[in-house]
Amino acid sequence: MNESQHESREPAPRPAPRRSVSNDEAPSILQRLSAIWSYRELLGNLTRKELKVKYKNSVLGFLWSLLNPLLYLIVFSVVFQEILRTDIPTYAIFLLSGLLVWNLFSTGLSAATASIVMNASLVQKVWFPREVLPLSSIGAALVHFFLQTIVLATSMVVLRHAPSPTAMLLIIPAVICVLLILSGLGVLLSALNVKLRDIQHLLELVLLAWFWFTPIVYEYLPIEERLGSWSWLAFINPVLPIVMVFQKALYNPEPGVALPDEDLLWYFRNLGFSAAAGIVLIIVGFTMFGRMEADLAEEI
Amino acid sequence: MTTDIVIDSVTKEFRIHDQQAKSIKERFISMGRSSYSEFLALDDVSFEVPRGSTVGLLGHNGSGKSTLLKCVAGTLRPNKGSIRFEGRLAALLELGAGFHPDLTGRENIYLNGSIMGMSSRQVDRIFDDVVAFSELSAFIDQQVKYYSSGMYSRLGFAMAVNVDPEILLIDEVLAVGDEAFARKCLDRIDQFQDAGTTILFVSHSVELARELCDQIAVLDAGRLVAFGDPNDAVRAYRASLHERGASSAGDSGVIAASGEVKLVESSVELPDEGRDWIRTDEILKIHATYEVAARLDDIVFAVAFHDQRGTLVHSTNSTVMGTEITEVHGRVRVTYSLAAVPLLFGSYDISLGAHTRSGGYLYSQEDAVMRFDIGESSDAEGIVEMPITVAVRESD
Repeated sequence: MNESQHESREPAPRPAPRRSVSNDEAPSILQRLSAIWSYRELLGNLTRKELKVKYKNSVLGFLWSLLNPLLYLIVFSVVFQEILRTDIPTYAIFLLSGLLVWNLFSTGLSAATASIVMNASLVQKVWFPREVLPLSSIGAALVHFFLQTIVLATSMVVLRHAPSPTAMLLIIPAVICVLLILSGLGVLLSALNVKLRDIQHLLELVLLAWFWFTPIVYEYLPIEERLGSWSWLAFINPVLPIVMVFQKALYNPEPGVALPDEDLLWYFRNLGFSAAAGIVLIIVGFTMFGRMEADLAEEI
Repeated sequence: MTTDIVIDSVTKEFRIHDQQAKSIKERFISMGRSSYSEFLALDDVSFEVPRGSTVGLLGHNGSGKSTLLKCVAGTLRPNKGSIRFEGRLAALLELGAGFHPDLTGRENIYLNGSIMGMSSRQVDRIFDDVVAFSELSAFIDQQVKYYSSGMYSRLGFAMAVNVDPEILLIDEVLAVGDEAFARKCLDRIDQFQDAGTTILFVSHSVELARELCDQIAVLDAGRLVAFGDPNDAVRAYRASLHERGASSAGDSGVIAASGEVKLVESSVELPDEGRDWIRTDEILKIHATYEVAARLDDIVFAVAFHDQRGTLVHSTNSTVMGTEITEVHGRVRVTYSLAAVPLLFGSYDISLGAHTRSGGYLYSQEDAVMRFDIGESSDAEGIVEMPITVAVRESD
């Protein structure tokens, strides 16, 4: 009875075809990327899984994602506006516009770094392109990022603060840049973390320092004044141009406040540095990942 | 389109770290010293699994069977050699390996499907079959952490067998669930075989391997010691177990064959010299000559017949046949006579043995030492030729 059922229905769907790989040749970056592309559905499902599992059995669920920036907003506003007496007008919006994209970067990178170790049982037992794991962590961080924009949008409405419509055009390239950097770095660190668990702890410290060296809670101008003709040094930090685009577009300050008085082309050109850094990181990250991939299941 | 699986001089070495240095400090301290020993899990293993056939992997614990399967599945990469094949592969290395405890059965089916490289639309199509096969429809929207281990494995197997792989890797997973579910899994494997799926199958059960496989590969300490005909391979497997001092019939808990009774010669006597097969109604004689090194008063000679799927057709011994052996020593000739062989067309294996009356001590066991063919029988199907007739008439 069961048998006839099987024969009558249409042919069952099939797992993706796969050619076996020997030890001799590691697949090139393009082969890696195309393998990831053929597993894009898995990428989506793992991202969904991560989001679902994170807030399973919690009452507030996704609201927790909103509470983090809200808390920052309140604490930093109180400290900087009321105690340190900053002269940045509507400080809340200034802070949130930079913090939003930084949160995407830092949570994405931490989650990606831990992703392979977290999914040890999967890595040991099933074959699929392992890069999918860090990439899906980044995907989950991206979803949180979109949720957190709600907090920013709400504060902008409440404080009647208008964004710059022209600079908003740079937001999408800026997000693409941050995703490039995240993917390259995240994939690399996720594999390194298997060999050396210190990476994820070290990363926490590095991110903390990185956060304070990026003008998010304070403005960029003092850095420029201090460095003078050396101010290009600040752009070694590939996240800086991205943060500045967000501030330019969403905080949209009066000329001479917080951000250098340059035209949009200047911001766009700076984004080019970030994009270049991202592409280099992707090439390095994926290549290194390919070298380490073979041993992942054993060393985990 | 699938090809054969070509396993070409595959070597896999594991480093066993004394204590795996995982932190920078530990790395630094242990720098320059090799704090690991090497363990050769697979040593230059080569064989081919022909397209559409089923090959079994036998070997004692730690012989490298699972490592080889993981190399084919791609979770481990061999240090040397290569494994080549083309086609859609599904691996049942561990049932439900990709399941997440916090997700429901339904969510896990979709997640697992995409781990196997399927789109959600493809999973939609098999969803009902998976649920039906697993018999879990009442629990499908519960988180799998509330599943029993049997339910968990059932869902895993249901998932794996519904994706229509061209190549299927199975690792000892049939030992799950109750007997009815195990039977269902075996039936499904039967269907895969009929559909031309290439199967590589790891098992501890000699009987199961013999029943399912076209060829068997035997691994011993990482080396391939036999490959080919299931009966020959099983003999080699038993021999390798024997060498290790393990019981050759360990499954049933009897003590190993000890060597004081040795089968030196065996033959099948056919009624007609001109043919190498017999008919159902002919007389068959089986001769066995043993060399008994010690004076034994507690001994029983046994014979068993298996068909080509490994199904036991008949097994008996001298005590059952009503012959008590008081004492034997030296060269002993045992003759079994069959007045008729009521079996259907096909080949049958003969196994010979000698053990104590209680069966607790095994003097000698030789599996499938001989074979005979029934060359002519009725067109009935099955194993046994039954003296059956039929009468048909219209009532009134």
